[in-house]
Order: sequence, then C-alpha cells, then structure tokens
Amino acid sequence: MYSTKLRSLSLATLLTLGGAFLLAAYYAPVEADQGFSQKIFYVHVPMAIVALGGFVWGGIQGLLFLRTRDPKHDLRSYVAIHMSVILGIGVLLTGGLWARAAWGVWFEWREATLVSFLIVFLLYCTYQPLRFSILDPEKQSRYAAVFAVTAGAFVPLNFMAVRLANPFIHPRVLNNTTGGALPVDMKIPFYLALVGMTLLFVTLYRLEMTHKLTRGRVKGLERRLERLQGERDEASIPARSAAPQVLA
Amino acid sequence: MTGRPPTPSPPRVTSTRTAVGALLRKELLLERRVPQVLPAMALFSVVTFVVFRFALDTTSVEGDTASGVLWVTLLFAAMLGAGRLFVADHEEGGIEALLLAPVDRTALLLAKATTFFAFLAFVELIAVPAFAILLLEPGLSLGDVGRLALILALADFGIAVIGTLFGALAIQTRARDLILPLMALPLLVPVVISAAKATAPVLAATGAGAVPGRYLAVLGLYDLVFGLLAYAVFDYLLDD
Repeated sequence: MYSTKLRSLSLATLLTLGGAFLLAAYYAPVEADQGFSQKIFYVHVPMAIVALGGFVWGGIQGLLFLRTRDPKHDLRSYVAIHMSVILGIGVLLTGGLWARAAWGVWFEWREATLVSFLIVFLLYCTYQPLRFSILDPEKQSRYAAVFAVTAGAFVPLNFMAVRLANPFIHPRVLNNTTGGALPVDMKIPFYLALVGMTLLFVTLYRLEMTHKLTRGRVKGLERRLERLQGERDEASIPARSAAPQVLA
Repeated sequence: MTGRPPTPSPPRVTSTRTAVGALLRKELLLERRVPQVLPAMALFSVVTFVVFRFALDTTSVEGDTASGVLWVTLLFAAMLGAGRLFVADHEEGGIEALLLAPVDRTALLLAKATTFFAFLAFVELIAVPAFAILLLEPGLSLGDVGRLALILALADFGIAVIGTLFGALAIQTRARDLILPLMALPLLVPVVISAAKATAPVLAATGAGAVPGRYLAVLGLYDLVFGLLAYAVFDYLLDD
C-alpha cells in the first residue's frame, strides 16, 4: 500500500541512469587530457551532488520535525541522511579512483572539494552513533533533528571555508568563469546522469521509507494483537536499528 | 508601588538578562570554589606542547607548524572543557530547575556559551605564554599579541557556540565523552582552517606578516551563522 510508485520510479531510474551511462561511454568525447579515466566523472560528480543535496534535505526535514513534531519528518530526515552516507562512500571511492588515475594519488589534500566532502562525510558518520546512544525515542528524534539542522547548515559553509584555504586543482566543471566549461556533448550525458542519480536516490529513499513504514505498521499490529490476546511481553528486545519508528 | 497596574499582574517572568547574569555568576562561582575544568584544560595544553616537542622531534617551531601546534592544542583542550560543561547541571538537576523557573531557555545557552568563552580565554592566557616560552622560536611582540588576541577571540566564539550546543546534545547520550569530539571536531574544521591560516603569518620567524583579512571574515561568518543557528535550535534540546 505504500509502494504504489516504487515500480515506475525504479524503471525510470534504470532507464535514465542506464541511458546516461551509455551516452557517457559512447556519445561523449574522450577527454583530451585525461583520456578514458575521465569517464568516471559521470558517476562521481552526480553522486557527490546528490549526496550533498540529501544531507541538506535531511536538515530541512529535521527542521520541519522540530516545528511540527511529526514523526514522519524525523523518518524522512533519517532516511535521507542514511542514503547520503551510503552514496558518500561511493563518492569517496570513485573520487579516490579518479584521483589515482589523474593525479597518481588516492587522496589529494590540496583539493578543496575532496577535503570538504571528507569532512562532511566524517561528520555525518556520527549521526547513527548519536541516535543509538539516546534511548528515549522522542528525545532521540529531537536530538537527531538538531544535529541534522546544524550539520545541514554546515555543508555549504564548510565548502566555502575549505575552498578559500586551498589553491584548487580539482576541475571546476560547472563553473564557466574558471575556464573549465563543459562542451555540449559532455553536458548532455552529465545532466542526464545527474537526473538519473537523483532518481536513484529518490527510489532508494522511497524504498527505505516504505520498508520502515511497513515495519512500523507490522509492529503496531503485533502490539494490538498482543493486547487482544492479553499477553504482554514486558522484556523488550533491544532494537537493532536506531531508525525512528512510526507506529501505525 | 506607584507604577503597578491595577489588573492582576501577569505571571512574573525574570528578564533574560537577569537570568543570564545569575547563571553566569553560578558557573564562575562554581569553577572558583571547586576548580575542575580550567586546571584540567590548562594542564592539558601544556602537556600537549611537551608531547608535540617530542612527537615533532623539534625544540622550536615557527610559522605554519607553530600555528598548527597551537590550534590543535587549543581545540583539544576545548573538547575537554566542552565535555564537562553540562555535567554538573545534568547530574544535579540544574537543567530541570532552570526549566521550572520562569526564564527564557535561551538564557542557558547565552550563559553557558559565555562561560565557555571565558574558560577558553582563561586557558589561552596560560597556554599562549607557555607556548611562546616552550616552543615558539622568535617569541611574540606586543603587536603580535594584539593580532593573535583578535584571531583567538573570533575563533573562541565559534568554539564556544559549537561546544555549548553539542555539549548539551552529547550530555543526553550514553556515550557522551565519546561522541562529543566526533561531532564537534568535523564541525570545527572551518574554524581551524581559518584560525590556523590567520595565525601562521603572526608566528612566522621572518617577522610578523599581515593577518589575511579573508580568514577573519570566514571566522566572523562562521560565528554569525552558528551563533544564530544555536540560538534557533538550542531550545529544542531542553524541551522535556
């Protein structure tokens, strides 16, 4: 009942992302300077943009939770941050591969964008431990929301600060003023990949939301059943996940 | 007597300024009677300088390295202090008492952040001279001290805000001392970047260079953004 759009969404993701990667592989020209290794750009950059967007979205949902106290927003904030951390691992891995191919190192400290991303990623790595270490569910949601809001505001500020402190060598592909303007036949696959990656994020986000909501519903039904049968299991089993539970 | 309205007076609310003053007095009195945080932070700073002397295997530092050593030390000392900021209140029920009192909750943020700022300033009064004597090669001139004080004040504000906000957050968790630095250190990276970059020319052996203005601007912006943000979200941490 929660997953009505999930199938069409998955299909759209598959088509867009697959199409974007096909275009990137066969239509987009091989970059003169870096050769074939530059193709990872069509995976790495959209993934990084979507992950950062997901962090900010988590912050916005955290803010909405603080204002409305609707557990739905807390769940959204949690899922968005969860997905973005997973994408973040992908970004760091693909970034490392690309850096290795282009600059000969796995990690480049003089590169502001990479460093900023690492800092943001490390910050969000503490989101789950934070949730786990607060037992009271209501307090957990509230504190996690405060964290999400603060960290969400930190994302752009951090990028600015790190960029100021570094001479950049990272290609500025989306900024025409620095001379790194993207030719049209690279732009098309890139923006398609960005859309596809966003769709992938939305699909995964929806999938996890559905999973969490269904589990909450099952739990709620189980409790009702137990109440009907008159037996109450007092020994609560410690939760395996710190995800917020929306009981139906 | 004369100015009192005839209607039944509304519930008495202590003004925020009075509340902040009272809370601040309490914090400072507590630290003066039972010094706990300040000696630990100051001692930690000096010990860290000694550790750096051997870890870097050098008897003197200057410029970038000096700036880095100073900021790592101050930041870790600050983490030590931030972890203790709410411990007494949490254990003795001070926060509940404040929630029962008819005062604005922001008063607690203001008082704690001011206290922490004062702690940091006090620690720096000990740590910076100790650093100058123990490690810094050319020493500090009076002009350098003034420039350093400006950078320290701007950075301390940001550290105080983040330390207070996340100290209040971490105190409610089971792993409070574990999780606070994990959250606060990445958040304070922009402060470290700007402060270290701004301090480096001041500590240079070749004579103090001018402090780059843009790093001070970043510090100021950071202080502004997180000051406002902490002001906006701190209430939710107390909402019990």
